[in-house]
Amino acid sequence: MTPAKNLNLRAGLLSVLIFLTLLGIWYIATAPSGAAGGSTAGMTAEQIEYAKMMGKDPGAPKSGGFPTLGAMGTTVWSHLSNPFYDNGPNDKGIAIQLAHSLGRVALGFGLACLVAIPLGFVIGMSPLLRRAFDPFIQVLKPISPLAWMPLALYTIKDSSISGIFVIFICSVWPMLVNTAFGVASVKREWLNVSATLQVNPLRKAFLVILPAAAPTILTGMRISMGIAWLVIVAAEMLVGGTGIGYFVWNEWNNLSLTNVIFAIVVIGLVGMLLDLAFGQLQKVVTYVE
Amino acid sequence: MSEFFSPYDADRPLMLKCSCGRDHTAADHHAEVAADAAAARLRERSETREFEAYSNEFIEATLVKALFPQDEVRRRFLRAVGKGTAMAAIGSVLPVASLQAMAQEKQGALEKTNLKIGFIPITCATPLIMAHPLGFYQKQGLNVEVTKTAGWALIRDKMMNKEYDATHFLSPMPLAISMGVGSNAMPMKVATIQNTNGQAITLANKHKDKRDPKQWKGFKFAVPFEFSMHNFLLRYYVAEHGLNPDTDIQIRVVPPPEMVANLRAGNIDGYLGPDPFNQRAVYEEIGFLHILTKELWDGHPCCAFGTSAEFIQQNPNTFAALYRAVLTSAAMARKPENRELIAKVIAPAQYLNQPETVLTQVLTGRFADGLGKIQSVPDRADFDPMPWQSMAVWMLTQMQRWGYVKGDVNYQQIAEQVFLLTDAKKHMKALDQKVPEGAYPKFKIMGREFDAAKASEYAKSFPIRKPA
Repeated sequence: MTPAKNLNLRAGLLSVLIFLTLLGIWYIATAPSGAAGGSTAGMTAEQIEYAKMMGKDPGAPKSGGFPTLGAMGTTVWSHLSNPFYDNGPNDKGIAIQLAHSLGRVALGFGLACLVAIPLGFVIGMSPLLRRAFDPFIQVLKPISPLAWMPLALYTIKDSSISGIFVIFICSVWPMLVNTAFGVASVKREWLNVSATLQVNPLRKAFLVILPAAAPTILTGMRISMGIAWLVIVAAEMLVGGTGIGYFVWNEWNNLSLTNVIFAIVVIGLVGMLLDLAFGQLQKVVTYVE
Repeated sequence: MSEFFSPYDADRPLMLKCSCGRDHTAADHHAEVAADAAAARLRERSETREFEAYSNEFIEATLVKALFPQDEVRRRFLRAVGKGTAMAAIGSVLPVASLQAMAQEKQGALEKTNLKIGFIPITCATPLIMAHPLGFYQKQGLNVEVTKTAGWALIRDKMMNKEYDATHFLSPMPLAISMGVGSNAMPMKVATIQNTNGQAITLANKHKDKRDPKQWKGFKFAVPFEFSMHNFLLRYYVAEHGLNPDTDIQIRVVPPPEMVANLRAGNIDGYLGPDPFNQRAVYEEIGFLHILTKELWDGHPCCAFGTSAEFIQQNPNTFAALYRAVLTSAAMARKPENRELIAKVIAPAQYLNQPETVLTQVLTGRFADGLGKIQSVPDRADFDPMPWQSMAVWMLTQMQRWGYVKGDVNYQQIAEQVFLLTDAKKHMKALDQKVPEGAYPKFKIMGREFDAAKASEYAKSFPIRKPA
């Protein structure tokens, strides 16, 4: 066994151990304190009715407080075993909600790519434009995406397009900055060679600069995708309707912690998968000297 | 574990799935079946001749009451022109009045049949929501999608963007939007009041011994929206006890589910919020019901059902059909014997997404108050659809009192523009009918009578108010 493989194995085992420890802590922390249900002995009819009204039906444990591991497992199972149900506009399965969110992210992110990469290219190639655009980028970049929401709702007059716009506006900047940076820092020698060979500008852009800047551009895209996925949840909580963010809001409305925790885990896993996908892409375009 | 799989139950197939073939727990299955059964029973009740007669009469009575708020005037009018003429006159005043005929003959084609209606998941929306599973919209030839909405500001925006055709409003909202307070001006109409009463002041458990509002100095309260009865009633209530709501307490706008969470976290001391979140706080054992808003103003309006003036103008028949569906629903919800079933119907995730027992307590008025007692207040929440214009005038006086609108307000003009009783009067005038005296019955709010005719004096009479 090579040392690297050995390390991987050990790390994997440790991860599993940490995970189990966390679950164990959760289990112990939420273990029922024994006399939860209580008996009805010595209670008047009114007291029993009152207890029932408080959800403390003698015999059936109340599902309150932080969820137990068992309750969590049931929730996860029930969501995953039936991910595509559709009970009208306000209650859909988790897979349908995810599809809505991913669709919005894809659209907003795609639009951002279409704008940011060409623009970043131009800015990167021209020092004049770079300086001219810089103040705008610096001001617009730090604005929290959700701050755009009221403005978007007011001007666009459509809540789902507003959501997509918010994704767009927050994913543009990292891509723009990274593309410009990548293009601007292409090695002098390579540009000189292309100049010596009298390559026309279009070929120079596509055959010399683009491959050289591709890893940086993809880094920008990867950062943008992370932000887009962060923002979609918040945006959907605000706008409602469909999507994983709406799911969180709806369960928050129901004060159901198990469902919210489930959604959090799903959001995390999907975000990780998206990031992994871009990581792979990055590996493909990276040129090893 | 028998709750989930019941391996030893001879009556159930062991499929490691729910016996209905879908994957959910037995408890979910029972809840779903119960909701379906409740909807079926209510539908059955709504199809009896008795209910149809009741609801037709209810709608007609609502209309006549709208035209003749003072019973004396109504009787004088009826005696003067006779029943037949009166009915014909009333039948010609509102598109709504021809609804009864319409139900049978379907006269007047619907301009638009696919509609989108917004609602906030609170019990105030009951008539609007339950009309959907009970098929009341369908019966009017409408294909309605009721969409859960994330907040009141969004309801406002979606109405202004025309994403919704009609919506659940807080009743002061259409007034504010029509006047352009807190948003651009856009004429809105209140077709019916959705519900009356149904709110409460909830306090955190640690304040059990501070039942006198005079001890509330420095408290932090939450209300769901600035232009809400919640805000106006809370301000009124504390002001009556000598506290200035702008300086002695803090009032924040917080969405209802977050009220419960904030109460638990101790960020707020209490709230005047919509149900089921008052009862939910009791159920979660973090708060108690200090007072029902019914005690402040019995029969006060809370939420409304409305749409834009433009929509009514462009789709009069559709609006009439919609109006009828909602009124039928209100007729159903008014009957106490239906309330328990209604709670079952609107509890599932696609509507209110709340524990059924919480909703049952709110709707039936037999509830745990969080102090260890069971109270019985059958009209804790009620559904009286009359959009009295004097209610609108009261809201305007409070908006003026607390500085939301500046300067003089033409109360009656705005009230009549927004609270849809005027059209009726206009049409009556056109028909040379004697116009009723107006829709301004007097109300008692915390023992003090409000007369819409003296609104301006009323607004200025309060010792505690925002200095102009």
